[in-house]
Amino acid sequence: MIQQTVIKVGMADLNIAMDGAILKTTGLGSCVGLTLFDPIRKIAGMAHVMLPSSDIAREATINLAKYSDTAIPELLDRMLAQGARIERMKAKMAGGAQMFAMTGQSETMRIGPRNVESCTAMLHRFRIPILSQDTGGSVGRTIEFNSNSGILSIRSVQFGIKEI
Amino acid sequence: MSIFSRFEAFELDVLKEVGNIGAGHAATALSRLLDKPVDMAVPKVSLLPFEEVAERVGGSEQIVFAVFLRVEGEAPGNMFFIIEEESAERLLRQLLSIREEGQEGYSEMELSALCEIGNILAGSYLSSLADFTQLMMAPSVPQIALDMAGAILSYGLVQYGEMGDSALLIETTFLEDRESLKGHFFLIPDPESFDKIFRALGVVQ
Repeated sequence: MIQQTVIKVGMADLNIAMDGAILKTTGLGSCVGLTLFDPIRKIAGMAHVMLPSSDIAREATINLAKYSDTAIPELLDRMLAQGARIERMKAKMAGGAQMFAMTGQSETMRIGPRNVESCTAMLHRFRIPILSQDTGGSVGRTIEFNSNSGILSIRSVQFGIKEI
Repeated sequence: MSIFSRFEAFELDVLKEVGNIGAGHAATALSRLLDKPVDMAVPKVSLLPFEEVAERVGGSEQIVFAVFLRVEGEAPGNMFFIIEEESAERLLRQLLSIREEGQEGYSEMELSALCEIGNILAGSYLSSLADFTQLMMAPSVPQIALDMAGAILSYGLVQYGEMGDSALLIETTFLEDRESLKGHFFLIPDPESFDKIFRALGVVQ
């Protein structure tokens, strides 16, 4: 059996994969694991997005992978540089959960749904269709994205493994 | 992370003491609850990259029980009481005798009991901290989750996300009678709370 390369994507991090390598990110809570795929060139990209908008950034140098409005363009750039085409791109996403349902919660605590909304809006702007998603709820997720098949495999404590 | 790079060693010591006092009271509460001695490790204060926070409790995918409370008041923050599943089961068996051997899943009663234990511990942690600092601090209603450590803890890091890729946390580990009942306390004050804590303790003018 051929050993498959697994490329780990950390929190507030992004990366791309080709040649059947697998992109993996663990323990998604309110963060969103967003994947892009060019099925012809078989180039895959994954971002572990933590916050919806870089407008609120107060850091000196922005970590592009952290915010959905900067992570998606950055991921696109990297994939396009490898020969992927934007009009062939398909997106999938998982995460954006609300791990704790607080009463009287502030906007910051509704971070999961807001991450999903903002990723959706961003993809819409680039006219990239979202093929499928497994978002919301109150479960943690670990995801693996296969750069050969474009299949996103999602593991959670409650629901085991599912593929979208 | 500019606001933290200027922290002096003695300021970190002050935070360690904050953890020591809070967790000391919580350990006493736990010890009373269990009617057994509970040991406590020296608190750690660390500025950790987000990636590494979950490593402290066994990795991002480690399944843990977590009781989460939002600290409200003058020095807001997030608080987690985290115990491994195995420890939680032992706790339920010993303390409450409501768990059967080989039982699958958790009843609502068990979850509620664990949540209440977390609540008692967090409450004693916070009230001693409030006494010490003379700051008003009140815990929110506790929430419990059984899930991946990474998913749970990232929830408490959002406030730090907008200013960098690491968070300052005060961590204490419990050990019951050298047995493997292991619990972790994380107090993650909001970035703006540090100044208030230092000011209240007379560390800065």
